[in-house]
Amino acid sequence: MKTPTRAARAFPFSAIAGQDEMKLALLIAAIDPSVGGVLVFGDRGTGKSTAVRGLAALLPRVPMVDLPLGATEDRVVGALNLERALAEGVKAFEPGLLARADRGFLYVDEVNLLEDHLVDLLLDVAASGENVVERDGLSVRHPARFVLVGSGNPEEGELRPQLLDRFGLSVEVRTPPDVATRVEVMRRRDAFDREPETFCRGWRREDGKVRARVEDARERLPRVDAGDGVLEGVATLCQKVGTDGLRAELTVFRAARALAALENSPCIGPNHVRRVAPPALRHRLRRDPLDEAGSTPRIERALAEVYPA
Amino acid sequence: MNDHSACAAALLAVDPRGLGGASLRARPGVERDAWIDTLVRLMPGRVACRRIPSNVGDGRLLGGLDLAATLRAGRLVEERGLLAECDGGVAILAMAERASPGMAASLACAMDSGRVAVARDGLERSHHARFLLVALDEGAEPDEQPPAVLLDRVAFHLAPGLEDAPWRADDIAEARRRLPRVSADDAALQALAQAAIALGIGSQRAELLALRAARAHAALQGRIAIEPIDLEVAAHLVLGPRATRIPSPSPPPPPNAPDEAEQNGGEQERAEALQETIVEAAQASLPPGLLGMAGPTASSRGGKAGRSGPALRNGIRGRRIGARRGELQRGARVDLVETLRAAAPWQALRRRARTGRRIVILPQDLRLSRHEAKRRSTAIFVVDASGSAALHRLAEAKGAVLLMLADCYVRRDEVALVAFRGSAADLLLPPTRSLVRAKKCLTALPGGGGTPLAAGLDAAFSAALGARRAGASPLVVLLTDGRANVARDGRPDRASAEAEADQAGTLFVRHAVPSVLVDVSPQPRPQACRLAVAMGARYAPLPRAGAADIAGTVAIEMARHADSLRPA
Repeated sequence: MKTPTRAARAFPFSAIAGQDEMKLALLIAAIDPSVGGVLVFGDRGTGKSTAVRGLAALLPRVPMVDLPLGATEDRVVGALNLERALAEGVKAFEPGLLARADRGFLYVDEVNLLEDHLVDLLLDVAASGENVVERDGLSVRHPARFVLVGSGNPEEGELRPQLLDRFGLSVEVRTPPDVATRVEVMRRRDAFDREPETFCRGWRREDGKVRARVEDARERLPRVDAGDGVLEGVATLCQKVGTDGLRAELTVFRAARALAALENSPCIGPNHVRRVAPPALRHRLRRDPLDEAGSTPRIERALAEVYPA
Repeated sequence: MNDHSACAAALLAVDPRGLGGASLRARPGVERDAWIDTLVRLMPGRVACRRIPSNVGDGRLLGGLDLAATLRAGRLVEERGLLAECDGGVAILAMAERASPGMAASLACAMDSGRVAVARDGLERSHHARFLLVALDEGAEPDEQPPAVLLDRVAFHLAPGLEDAPWRADDIAEARRRLPRVSADDAALQALAQAAIALGIGSQRAELLALRAARAHAALQGRIAIEPIDLEVAAHLVLGPRATRIPSPSPPPPPNAPDEAEQNGGEQERAEALQETIVEAAQASLPPGLLGMAGPTASSRGGKAGRSGPALRNGIRGRRIGARRGELQRGARVDLVETLRAAAPWQALRRRARTGRRIVILPQDLRLSRHEAKRRSTAIFVVDASGSAALHRLAEAKGAVLLMLADCYVRRDEVALVAFRGSAADLLLPPTRSLVRAKKCLTALPGGGGTPLAAGLDAAFSAALGARRAGASPLVVLLTDGRANVARDGRPDRASAEAEADQAGTLFVRHAVPSVLVDVSPQPRPQACRLAVAMGARYAPLPRAGAADIAGTVAIEMARHADSLRPA
C-alpha cells in the first residue's frame, strides 16, 4: 500500500526563530525517548507543527509518522489486510501507524480534537512500548516504541487533565511579543516560501550541526553522571511543588541528563535541572486550571529555593 | 463596510496558494454570488468550484472505502474525498459558521500541506489537495463565526459588496509571472509586524498573509517593488478585520530603537511613518463590534470555534465506539466496513461454493455499530452583574463560577455564560469546553446598573433549550440576590420586574429544566428563595456555604441530571 509521503521540503528546524523551549523539548525527546512524549500547546501560527516536521527532516533515519485527522482505529493499531483477504482469502495482518512509528516519533496535530479513546490507546502503547492487537480473529503483538508528540490550541478545548501528566514534557508556546522576533519569523518564512531550495541550502550547515549534536548526545547519554546531590535536588524540587509519584522525578532527571549530553557536559548540574524543570513539571502540578499565572512561577520559586543563586 | 472586496478577489487569483482564501460574511444573495463569479472569472484557466457542506462526515470529506464499488469488484476500491476532489480548484465551504472543530482542522491541515492524508477503513493514501478556500459565513450573531483555525488561514475576511473588478484574466496571468520577482524591504516587514502588534493581533500568520497580499498587489500594479500603497491595501484587507483592539494614537517606539536609530536615523523615521499610515489604513476596516466592546471580550469572541454543529449526526446518538457481532433488529445500525472485514477471510471459500456473486456475506458476518449514548452536560451560568449584586459580592460570585468551571473542566462538561445588567441580558459565551474562553469572558464582565432579572432568566431558558436540542442535558446555575428592578421592557419598575421574574421562573418547571439558584446576597432574602421555588430550583445561599461547597452542589446536581437523562 502507498504510504503518505513526507512533505517535499520541510522548513529547516534550525531556522525557527525563537520558541527555544519547544525546540529544546523536542531535542531532548530525540536524545532520550524514555523521557516520554512532548505536548506543545499554544497560540495559533507559532510554528508548532513546523518544528515537529523540521525535526523529522533533521533526523532522516528516525521515522516520523503523522497521525492524520479522522484516522480510524484499524489504521492506527493495524488490522486484517482487507485487500488480501478479499482477493486471496488470506488472513494477514496489515500493520498500522503504530508499527511504522516504532523507534521514532508519532505526531498528532490537534491532539485535543482526537477521540478520547484513541488518545488513551496511543498513550498506553507509548508507555508499554508494545502494541497488542486482538481483532478480526487476529492475535498479533509487535514492538511500538515511539515518542508521542501532540500539539494543539487550548482555545479549541483543553486536553483531559488525566492525560496531561502522561506526557513527559509540556511546552507552552506564545506569539513572540517583540517586533524584532516577529520580523525575523516573517523574513525567514517569506524567504522559504519563495525559494525553498535556496533557503534550505542556506540552513543545511546549521541543521547538520544540530543533527551531529543530537547524534553525539545519544552516544554520550549512557556515560553522563548524575552530579553531586542532583538526585536529592530533583526529589526536593518535586516535593516542594507537590507532584506525587516517581514519574515526575524520573522525567526531570532524564530530561536533565539528556540536556547535559546535548551540551557535552560529563555530569548533570543544577543548570540542567533548572532549564528542564518547567517543561517536565508544569503539567503535573495539582493546580487550579484557572490560575492566571499558571504553574510555571511556582516551579521557578521552588527552583530558586532548591538551587539558590 | 469593505470597499476592496473585488481587489481581494484579484489578489487571490494572483497568489491562491499563498493567500489561502477568503471568508465571506453575507447572507446568500447577489453580492456573494457576484464575488465568487468575479474570483472564478479572474483565475487563469478553467477553475472548478466544489461545494463542501458544513455537515459532511469524515468519510466523505477525507475519503475512504467505496463500499458499493468494493462489493461489486471484490477488491478494495477507494472513494476519493471532497478535499482531494477540490485539488486545483476553489473549495466553497457552505455555512462555515456551522463547521465542526474536527472538520475545520481537516481543512486547515490540507491548506497547510497541500495534501490530504487518509488512514481510514483499511486504506492509507495521500492525495494532493491544493485549493483556495472560500468560507461562506452566514452567522447572524457576532459570535457565530467560522472556526478560528480557518479564519486564521484565509487572508481576507470580507463582507462583499457589488463592485466592478477592472481586471481581466490576462492581467492576472501577467501578475502571476511577475509575482516571484516582487521584493519587500525590511522597512515593510517591520511596519507590518508593528501594525499587527498595535492592533492586538495574536497570530503571526496575519502579518505573513499581509506581506503576501502586499506582494500580490504590487505584482497586479505592474511593479516589482513593494510600495506604501501595497502595504496599505494589505493592512486594510488583512490586518484591520483581525484587530482585537483599537491602536493608541501614537504607537510606541520599537524596543531596538536606540542603537539602530543612531546608525540609520532616516531609515527608522521612515519605518515609523510607514507604520502609522498602515495602522490608519487598517483602522478603516476594524471589525464592526470592536468599538463597543470591552478589550479582552473582543479577542475572546474572535476565538470562537464553530461549536454549533449538530451533535446528533445521522440520527445516531452518542459517539461510535466500535462494532459487535449481532442480528439485525429494529434500530440496529450495520457497520458495513466491519461486516466486510468479518466476511473477507471466507470469500475464497464461499466463492467456490456459490457462483455468480463476487462477495458472499452471510448472517454471521453482520456487525452492528455500538454507540456510546452518554449525554454531554452543559452548565449554563447566569450571573447577575447588576449594581445590587456588584455592590454585594460580584467578585465572590465570579470566584464561585470559576471554581465550578474548573470542576466542569475536569469532567469535560460544557459551560455557557449568560450575564444580565442594565436593561438586558447577553449570552456572553455559547456552550464550550474551552476554559480559557470562559475565563476571559468572565473576567471582562463589568458590574453595575439595573437588574433585569426576567431578561436574564429568558436568556438562560433559551440557552437551555438550545443545549437540549444539541443533545446535551442542561443545568442552569443562577447567581443572584433575587432582587429585580428592571422590567422586560427596560422600565425601572420593581414590582412588575419581580412579578415577571417569578413568571419567567415557571417556564423552567414547565419544561423540566433543572436549575440551582445561588443566593449571593449577604443576608439571604425571601425574594431569592421565592424565585427558587417558582423555578423548581435547588436553593443554595452563598454566605452559609462557601464557594467550594456550591461548586460541589452543582457537580452533584449535574451528575444527577445527566444520569436521569441517559438512555438505558
